Amino acid sequence: MKSLLIRGARIVDPSQRIDRVSDLFVDEGRIRAIDEGLSPEGAEVVDARGLIAVPGLIDMHVHLREPGFEYKETIASGTAAAAAGGFAAVAAMANTDPPNDCAAVTEYILEKAHRAGGARVHPIGATTRRMEGKELSEMGEMVAAGAVAVSDDGLPVRDANVMRRAMEYATIFDIPVIEHCETPELHPGGVMNEGYWSTCLGLRGIPRASEEISVRRNVILAETTGARLHVAHLSTKGALEAVRQAKERGLPVTCEVTPHHLLLTDDSVRGYDTRAKMKPPLVTEEDLEALLEGLADGTVDAIATDHAPHHEDEKQQDFDHAPFGIVGLETSVSLGLDRLVRPGIISLNRWIELMSTGPARILGVEGGTLAVGAPADLTLLDPERPFRVEPSVFVSKGRSTPFADWELQGRAVRTIVSGRSVFTLP
Amino acid sequence: MTLASHHLLDIESLSPAEIELVLETSTSFKEVGERAIKKVPALRGKTVINLFFEPSTRTRVSFEIAAKRLSADSINVSSAGSSVVKGETLLDTVKNLEAMAPDVIVMRHPSSGAPHFVARRVESAVVNAGDGMHEHPTQALLDAFTILEAKGRLSGLKVVIVGDLLHSRVFRSNARLLTKMGSSVTVTAPRTLLPPFVERLGVEVITAVNDAIVDADVVMMLRVQKERMEGAFFPSVREYFNLYALTVDRLKRAKQDVILMHPGPLNRGLEIESAVADGPYSLILDQVTNGVAVRMAILYLLAGAS
Repeated sequence: MKSLLIRGARIVDPSQRIDRVSDLFVDEGRIRAIDEGLSPEGAEVVDARGLIAVPGLIDMHVHLREPGFEYKETIASGTAAAAAGGFAAVAAMANTDPPNDCAAVTEYILEKAHRAGGARVHPIGATTRRMEGKELSEMGEMVAAGAVAVSDDGLPVRDANVMRRAMEYATIFDIPVIEHCETPELHPGGVMNEGYWSTCLGLRGIPRASEEISVRRNVILAETTGARLHVAHLSTKGALEAVRQAKERGLPVTCEVTPHHLLLTDDSVRGYDTRAKMKPPLVTEEDLEALLEGLADGTVDAIATDHAPHHEDEKQQDFDHAPFGIVGLETSVSLGLDRLVRPGIISLNRWIELMSTGPARILGVEGGTLAVGAPADLTLLDPERPFRVEPSVFVSKGRSTPFADWELQGRAVRTIVSGRSVFTLP
Repeated sequence: MTLASHHLLDIESLSPAEIELVLETSTSFKEVGERAIKKVPALRGKTVINLFFEPSTRTRVSFEIAAKRLSADSINVSSAGSSVVKGETLLDTVKNLEAMAPDVIVMRHPSSGAPHFVARRVESAVVNAGDGMHEHPTQALLDAFTILEAKGRLSGLKVVIVGDLLHSRVFRSNARLLTKMGSSVTVTAPRTLLPPFVERLGVEVITAVNDAIVDADVVMMLRVQKERMEGAFFPSVREYFNLYALTVDRLKRAKQDVILMHPGPLNRGLEIESAVADGPYSLILDQVTNGVAVRMAILYLLAGAS
C-alpha cells in the first residue's frame, strides 16, 4: 500500500490534545508521524491546506439492514454511505433478519464489510436470543467473532430480571450493554411525542416518561451489576438528568444523542411529514436545549445518527403506518459543523470527541486517535465547503431525512481507513 | 367568493369568512332537501368517490345523498371491498382511483393525516370525512349550522363539550371552529380523557361536569369511543355514567334555552340518558338533517362553484 502524506492540515485530535497545523504521515496503514516539514520519499501527497484532519469519525449507532432487509440497505451501500459521510467506522445494530444473535451472523457481517471495502464495521450483537427479551444471546461467541457490544436496539429489554442477567453476563467480556430505553406499556400505538402537537394533529403520543423510566431502571441495574450501560439515542431532558446523576455517582453510564434530536422538535411533524417520524420521537425545545447543554458540559459521550434506512414506499404512507426512522450517515458531519460548531455551541475539539474519540472509548475499539502507531483512520474536513442536503444523490439506499434541502456549510472531503482512501470528494 | 383551498382537510386552515361562506351556502341547499323533487343540477357530470376505510353509516350516507341531490355521480368504496385487504398501499389505491378522474374524493381513514397525505398527491379535491383522532371538519360545520339555526349566532355563546375528548376528532374540529367564530368553549372529561395541553386550543378545562355545565348555551356530548381505548381510562361504565353522563338533572344547570347536541352514534346509558337524548332540548336529529345540506355546500364549493 502506498504511503500517504497529508500536508498542511489543521490537525485536531482530542485524544492527544493536539490542535495545530502540521503534516501527517501514514505508512502501512498506520500513523507514523505528525510533524512540520515532513517529506518522505514515494508518498502520495495530499494537499490539505485549509482542511482539518481528525481521527476517523465513528458512528456508533447505524442499521445496515443486511442480512434480511437488503432492499432497504446493504452492508456495501451502508458502508459506502458512511465513507461518503466522513465515517471511517460504524457500529451496526443487531436487528437484522436473522438478528445478529450468534457468531455466524457476526462473522457474516464482518466478511461482507471486508469485501465491501468502505467504512469499518463493528458488529453489535443482540442482547437476547432473537431479540425476544427472554434468553441471553451467546455473547461470548459473538465477542470472540468480533462483536463489540450487545443491544436489542429497536426493542427495549422489558423484563428487568433478563436485563439484570444480561448486564451481569456482559461484564465477563467488558462490553457495554447498549439499551434502547423505552417503556412501551406507556404508549400503545404512539407515533410522536405526547404534547401540544400530538393533540393538534390527533396522533397518539409517546410521553417523555417512557424513556426516562427506562433509563432510570437501567441505571439502577448498572449499579447493581457493575455493567457498562450505554443509553442509545437519548432524547429527553429527564433521561439526560438521570445519566448526569449516574455519572456524578461514578457509575459507568454513557449516552449518545442524534443530530435530529439536537436540531429539531416535535413541531416538525406538522403536515404529517413521515420524515419526522422516528423513535424516540422528536421532543420539545426544552429537551433540545437540555441536550445541547449536555453536549457542552460533557454529560453526552457521543453523537450517533441511528441511521435507519427504509424503502421509499414504506415511508410514503400515512403517518401511523410509516415506519420509524431516518437516514443520517450523509448529513451528520455537515449538520454538526454548521449547526453545532459554527455557532459556537460546542468547540470543534469537543465535536470530534463526540464523533470519534468518545465512540471509540465506549466501544473499546481502535481508532478515535491520531496517535503514532494507531491505525490510520482519519477524516479530512473542509469547514468552508457548502453542502445542500439532496437525498436523491445519497449513496445510502435510504432517502428519508427531515433535513432535505437544508443549506449547510462544512463537509467531509476524504475518508481514510487503514491508510486507504475509501471516499474522496471530487 | 370561493374557498381558498382546493381541498377541505380541516377546520384549522379555514378562515372565519370561509366558514361563513360554507354556512350561507348550506342555507340555500337545505331548502333543496325540503322540496318534493330533492335535486338540483349543480354538479351534473361530476364524479364523487366516497372512500371509507372505517365503518360509517351516517357520514357516508350523508355524503352520498348530498352528491346525488347535486346530480353528481357518486361511488362508494369501503376498505372491506377494496384492494387494501389484498395488501395494496393507500397511495396505490388512491392513484388508481385518481386515474379514473374523479372530481372529489371524500375520504374517511382511521389514521390522522391520511387525507392530507392523499391531497398532496392527487388532482381531485379531497374532503376529509374524519381522520383518526385529528379532525372531522364537515361535522363541525354541520354542528355550527345547527347552532346558528337555533341561536341565530355563533359568537358569544358558552359551548360545553363533554366526554372522550382525547380520541375525538369531532372535538378538535369543533373547538377550532367555535373559538374561531367567537364562542367560548368549556371542556369537561375525566383527566384520563383530556388531551395534553388541550387548553392551548383556546378552551377552558373544568373536570367537574356539574361546574362546567352552568349557564351553558350549548351542550355537546361526545361518544365514549370504547374501540379506541386500549388502556384504563375510567374504572367502570357505572362510574362514568355517574360522574359524566348527561342526565335530566345535570342539564338543569345550563341555561333554560340550552340546546343539546351529539355527533352520534349514541351510547345510551353510558354518556347520555335517553330522556335527554330524546328530550325537548335535543337537536341530535336536526344535526343529521343539516349534515346533508352542509355537505352539499362543501361539494358544491369545491367542485361546482365558478
